[in-house]
Amino acid sequence: MSGAALGRASASGDDDPVLEVHDLHVSYEGRVGLGAGVAGKKAAVARAVAGVDLTLRRGEVLALAGESGCGKTTLARTIMGLEQPNQGEIRFEGEPLSKSTRILREYRRRVQIVFQDPTAALNPRQTIYESVAEGLRIHGITDQDGLSEEKLVARALARSGLRPPERFYLVYPHELSGGQRQRVVIAGALVLEPEIIVADEPVSSLDASVRGEILKLLLGLRDDFGIAMLVVTHDLGLAWTIADRVAVMYLGRIVEIGPAEDVLTKPLHPYTKALLEVVPEAGGLTRPILSGEAPDPTRIPEGCRFHPRCPEVVSGAAGRAGVEARCRGEDLGLIELRPGHFAACHLAAARRGDVVPSTT
Amino acid sequence: MTVLSVRDLEVTYATQAGPIPAVRGVSFDIDKGEVLGLAGESGCGKSTIVNAILRLLPPGATTTGQVLLNGEDVLTMKAGRLRAVRWTGASVVFQGAMHALNPVQRIGDQLAEAIVLHRLSAQREALVRAGDLLEKVGLPPRRARDYPHELSGGQKQRVMIAMALACTPTLIIADEPTTALDVMVQAQVLTLLNELQHEMGLAMLFITHDLSVLVEVCDRLAIMYAGKIVEEGPSAPVFAKPAHPYTEALAAAFPSIGDLRFRRSPSGLGGDPPQPDSIPSGCSFHPRCPVAFDECPTVVPDLYEAGDGRRAACLLVRDQARVAT
Repeated sequence: MSGAALGRASASGDDDPVLEVHDLHVSYEGRVGLGAGVAGKKAAVARAVAGVDLTLRRGEVLALAGESGCGKTTLARTIMGLEQPNQGEIRFEGEPLSKSTRILREYRRRVQIVFQDPTAALNPRQTIYESVAEGLRIHGITDQDGLSEEKLVARALARSGLRPPERFYLVYPHELSGGQRQRVVIAGALVLEPEIIVADEPVSSLDASVRGEILKLLLGLRDDFGIAMLVVTHDLGLAWTIADRVAVMYLGRIVEIGPAEDVLTKPLHPYTKALLEVVPEAGGLTRPILSGEAPDPTRIPEGCRFHPRCPEVVSGAAGRAGVEARCRGEDLGLIELRPGHFAACHLAAARRGDVVPSTT
Repeated sequence: MTVLSVRDLEVTYATQAGPIPAVRGVSFDIDKGEVLGLAGESGCGKSTIVNAILRLLPPGATTTGQVLLNGEDVLTMKAGRLRAVRWTGASVVFQGAMHALNPVQRIGDQLAEAIVLHRLSAQREALVRAGDLLEKVGLPPRRARDYPHELSGGQKQRVMIAMALACTPTLIIADEPTTALDVMVQAQVLTLLNELQHEMGLAMLFITHDLSVLVEVCDRLAIMYAGKIVEEGPSAPVFAKPAHPYTEALAAAFPSIGDLRFRRSPSGLGGDPPQPDSIPSGCSFHPRCPVAFDECPTVVPDLYEAGDGRRAACLLVRDQARVAT
C-alpha cells in the first residue's frame, strides 16, 4: 500500500468529519507571450494545489501553515468554491459538492470565510447593519429561530463582542478600529450560522495587543457553537495558540499533519523543522537553515518535492540512512508515523518516526 | 561613544481638528555598535520618530527637543548640512522597500546615484562600489545590471540595505525592514543586517511592531505607547520579565512554541490603542490596564528604575521601588 493511500484510508476513517477533501488538484495556466506561442512553446502550468487529502472534523480548529506560494490560500479558496479544482473531490457532511446551484448555494451559507484585511472586506459605504445583514438577504433568510432580520443581526454582533449591538447599526467601517472591523466581518459570517469558518490570516493585519481578543473570540465560537475552523496562517506561534491540529504545506502538498503539540514540538518533516527554526525567539538569531526563496510551483522537483532544499539531503543524513536515492527519485504521500501524525518524508519513514536528536 | 542622542523629543501635527501630539517627550541614546529596538503598535509614534530624526516630517509638524547625531543637532541644522548628513550620517531602510526602487533604472545605477550625489566619487568608481555593496549584502555584483522586476522580494530588500550602506553612515534606521517578507526570507534578511551591523560597528535603530524580531536582533528595547516610552532596558529581561503591564501584553502576543501557558489560551488586551487625538489622562494606558488602581487616571508616571537595568513608566513599579528602599 502506498503512503498516499494509507494516509487517505485513515483520513476518511476519522470520527465525524464535516469536510473531506480527496486528491484535490488546482492549477493555473501561465500566459504565453506572442513569440513563444508562434514558436509552439507551451505555457508553464503552475500547480498551486497538487494532490491534497484533508479532513476537517466537527468543532475542530485546523491550522494550515506554510510559506507564501505553497498553495495554502488556493486550497482554502477552492474549499470555499471560489476556485475550480482540476481534479479531486470535496465532500461536505458526506455529500460531494456538485455543480447544482441549489446545493452550492446551501453550501455557501454553511461555510463562511473571514479574510485577512477587514478594511478591504467591508464596503466603506455600507453601514455595519447593512454589511452584516447582506448575507441574510442574499440567502433570502427573513427569519430564523423565530427571530427577525434585525434580531439576527443584533445576535451576531453581540456574539462577536460588539455590545450593545444597536450602537453599531448605523456606524460606518471607518469609524471603527481594526479589531472592531474584524469583529464585524466575523459577525457577517456568524449571522448565517455556519458549520465551518475558513479564516485566512485572521489577525495578521491587526495590532499585536488586539490579536489575542480576536483569537479568543474565534476559539469561543468553536466552544459555544461547535463551528469547525480552517485557519490559514504563516505564523506557527498562532497555530500553537489556537489549533487542535496543524497541517504544513509545501509546493501544493501537505507534507506533515497531526496534533498541534506533536507537529510543533516533535516535528517529523525537515521542512516543518526548518519553519520552526526561523520563528523569532529570545536568545539570539538562529541562522536560517534553508537558503533561497519559496520555490516555483511551475517547476515541481522530481522525487520528494523538498529534496533540493532539504538539509537532511545536503548534510548527507539521508545518504547515510540509505534513502537518498528515493528522496531524489520517488514521490511520496503522507505516511502515518505516530498515531494521527503523518509526514511525507522518506528519512522519517526509514527511522519509523523515532525522535532523532535534531541539530539544535 | 554615543552616535544618536534624542532628548525630550516632542512632535505635534497641526490638523484642522487642532494640534495632535504624536510624540510626547521621548529620550534615548544609541552607542556605536549598539542596536536599539523601538516597538509599539500603529499610532504610537514610532514612525514619526524615524521621520523626525532626519527631518522628513511634513511642514505642518512642530518638533521640539534635540536630535544629536554625532554631537550635532539635526533639528537646527542648515539645509545644506542636513542634505550632507542624510545618507552619510544616518540612512533609513524603509518598510515596503520593494516599492522604493525605481522600476526603470538598473540597480547599480540607483546605488551609484547616492554616492555620486554626495560627491564621494565619480560615476565610474561609484559603479564599482555599487558592485562591492551588492556583494556585501549577498548578491552577485553582476546583478547591478538588473532592473528591480528581475529581483525577488528578499533580493530587493537586500538592495535597499546596500543602498543604506552606500555612503558609509554611522547610524542605520531600519523601519519595519522585514514586514512584507516571508518567514524564511525574513530570517535571512535579519541575519544579514545583524552580520553587517557587527562587522561595521554600526549604530542601529530598529523599528517594528513584532517584539519577537526585536528580541532577536537588539541589545536594548524601548516600548512605546501613545507617544511615550513606557519601558526600556536590555532586551532579554524586558521581553522575558516585563515590568510594565503593556509590555507584558505585547510579549504575550508572540507566544513561545512549546510553552503550555499559551496553548489554547490566547491573551490580549481589551480595547484598542488610543488615537493620538484622544489620549487618556494620567497614565495613558490605564483604560486598558488589567492592574490599574485609583491613582492611574490622574497621575502621569515617570520612568522608574525596575531592576536589571530597566526603567518602566508604571506607578506599581514606583511603589515597588519605594518598598525596596
